[in-house]
Amino acid sequence: MQETDALREARHEIEVCNACRYCEGFCAVFPAVNLRREFSAGDLSYLANLCHNCRGCYYACQYAPPHEWGINIPRSLALVRAQSYSEYAWPPKLARAFERNGVVLAGAIAAGLVVMLLLTIGLVPDARLYAAHPVVPGAFYQVIPLWMMQVVGLATFGFSLVALGQGALRFWRDAGGRGKITVRAVLAALHDVATLKNLGGGGGGCNDNSERFSMRRRRLHHAMMYGFLLCFAATCTGFVYDSFLGWAAPYPFFSVPVLLGTLGGIGLLAGTGGLFAMKLVDDPGPAPRELLGADVALLGLLFFAALTGLALLALRGTGAMGIALAVHLGVILALFVTLPYSKMVHGVYRGAALLRAAIEKRAGVG
Amino acid sequence: MPDLSKPYDVLVAGGGNAALCAAITARQHGASVLLVEHAPRAFRGGNSRHTRNLRAMHETPMAPLTDAYGEDEYWDDLKRVTGGNTDEHLARMTIRASSGVFGWMRQSGVQFQPSLTGTLNLSRTNAFFLGGGKALVNAYYLTAERLGVDILYDSEVMALRLEDGAVRRAEITHKGFPCTVTARCVVAASGGFQANLDWMRQYWGDAVDNFVIRGTPFNRGRLLRNLLDQKVAAVGDPTQCHAVALDARAPKFDGGITTRLDSVPFSIVVNRDGERFYDEGEDVWPKRYAIWGRLIAQQPGQIAYSVCDAKSVPLFMPSVYPAVVADNLGELAEKLGLDPVKLRATVARYNQAVRADGGKARFDNTKLDGCATEGLDPPKTNWARAIDTPPFTGYPLRPGITFTYLGVRVNDRAQVLLEDGRPAANLYASGEIMAGNILGRGYLAGFGMTIGTVFGRIAGEEAARHARN
Repeated sequence: MQETDALREARHEIEVCNACRYCEGFCAVFPAVNLRREFSAGDLSYLANLCHNCRGCYYACQYAPPHEWGINIPRSLALVRAQSYSEYAWPPKLARAFERNGVVLAGAIAAGLVVMLLLTIGLVPDARLYAAHPVVPGAFYQVIPLWMMQVVGLATFGFSLVALGQGALRFWRDAGGRGKITVRAVLAALHDVATLKNLGGGGGGCNDNSERFSMRRRRLHHAMMYGFLLCFAATCTGFVYDSFLGWAAPYPFFSVPVLLGTLGGIGLLAGTGGLFAMKLVDDPGPAPRELLGADVALLGLLFFAALTGLALLALRGTGAMGIALAVHLGVILALFVTLPYSKMVHGVYRGAALLRAAIEKRAGVG
Repeated sequence: MPDLSKPYDVLVAGGGNAALCAAITARQHGASVLLVEHAPRAFRGGNSRHTRNLRAMHETPMAPLTDAYGEDEYWDDLKRVTGGNTDEHLARMTIRASSGVFGWMRQSGVQFQPSLTGTLNLSRTNAFFLGGGKALVNAYYLTAERLGVDILYDSEVMALRLEDGAVRRAEITHKGFPCTVTARCVVAASGGFQANLDWMRQYWGDAVDNFVIRGTPFNRGRLLRNLLDQKVAAVGDPTQCHAVALDARAPKFDGGITTRLDSVPFSIVVNRDGERFYDEGEDVWPKRYAIWGRLIAQQPGQIAYSVCDAKSVPLFMPSVYPAVVADNLGELAEKLGLDPVKLRATVARYNQAVRADGGKARFDNTKLDGCATEGLDPPKTNWARAIDTPPFTGYPLRPGITFTYLGVRVNDRAQVLLEDGRPAANLYASGEIMAGNILGRGYLAGFGMTIGTVFGRIAGEEAARHARN
């Protein structure tokens, strides 16, 4: 990590925390702070990505604005976190995607839709595109051939996986643990990811936009995260069915991919919609405005992915299926392509930071 | 803005822990309550916003408290720190009540956490608030709002009009505008006067200009002064305050806990003239922590400098400010604004006195190790080691005032007593404004919050009962 104003400010604030320590019980960040007296750039990147932005420390802080020291840990760490997304981006040239991330994601959605719609409308004869195809195996491929879905999907998603992996490596080299990665530490980190323990405050939950604690954000994030994972599982199942078992989509409602996708889609809609609604009434104090674009854009992308997926489910068997399929795949294409260049990366870095925290906790040293 | 023309059952003056405990309890007993907080919302909570724990008696382990801390041990601790400057009846009552506050605190939204890193010695006696005192204050305000306590920020109770031992009306200012409130009962919970520098100046002279006030700038003692002027009985020495050594770079007010410095026992401390003035190694730091504020206050310019070498730096918690570091003592003196010749001479004399010891005792930072100087005045009686290993480290120190002891006398029902010994008919007190009844001298970590919680609840309940009868 480069020494920037954001980094220096975060370091100064963390040093104040280290002399106070009142917030130790809120989350993993403060016990990690207490293990050290000096904070390298990598340490700060680690702490920033460990922070889940629960804001317990902000509302509890005796030095928070308007105190003359203006300590604002959620805000300062969010800015360092944003910096870390750029610095670990791979290939490094694409780090610029994080500069105006809201615009980039919105552009990607638009481009995905335009490309898919132009291709389908241009290449597929009207009679086939607008025909009411019965819901029988192979119906989707009347509009977009299976091979094309497979090639484009594998290429974009595969590249994104490689880029995310490179990002994870770059994070770990700069901000990762020096201790041995043990199975226990991995399990502990997975547990923290799966339960979002660090959005639990000290047991009472997060501060949403005031001193009041609630579990709202944790539950909405669960809905979104598990919704996303279910949808991803649906996609994988569909891919295996088609590519290896020869069972062509679309599948009946009571089939594994459709049930997983429907459930996941509903979770995604509820989670992203709820989190977006929370942004509308957010407290501007701990939330850096300059990062709002990236947050909202990813929520929007996931929301539209789910919405268009459910719409496709509802419209298959009608004459609108062709267009609905193109729209859904356009959004999914945007999602696949921007995966390593959106706030999605927070999952990777936070998971890695939780792993380092678990390693250090067991080692007991910094 | 609440309707101030209607009479309230209970008016609470103040907005810290003691005030909130009184307001919530009074409301829970059916009273209509108005709480008047001098600070704006962002700085609400008085000194409570800087606290972190509450000292509680318990006979068996009681999460988050470990082991046991019985009434007699608690009382012995209090007797020791106050030198007997306490009221045994009120003290024991407070101690006993402290074991029963947790259920109510939790119901009111307060969360606890295990003893903080570096405070393991307190895990048996003190229950730490999750997030510290401001989080506790936040929880109480939410509870008070939910229960329907009316709250005024930026508002101060200026005067209570006492006639025949009863409060007839209260004069307050709200955002600078004066208004009158009628209330059947009043709870005074507006703290001490340590932030009122003009009042402090009466006892300390212009030295107060160099004092740091560790807590809220809103504890002006206005209501305390007003009551003492109306034949309310006083308690506590008005000239005394709890004063510790702080990093001199601390802000004038509200610096809280992070400006404290624990370097004294492993340093030598010199004044502006580069001279030592007190035995830095007299006792373990928690026991001597609270005398150094006064010692520095008595030095010219109310400033002192803690000087040590590289050997000592890892032995204490640093303050939030960077240490002043230099490769030699002359350079350090210059950076600190001291006369290099003077400082070098003082250190040389000290080092010689250390070496004169002949190595009878072994340095041990965890106990009184008997490593003492010989033939030095004042001596350093423990942890005396030569200051000879660069880089050399210094911190400027100033007196930091935590609270004052002067208060109003109360009885065990939290009723304020008049000079003739009778209780005022409808006036109660809790928190720092009456803590001097029990803690007349010295300091016991977390005991202020105990007094505020216990007496706040008593005052709230008594006031509500009286108002509704």
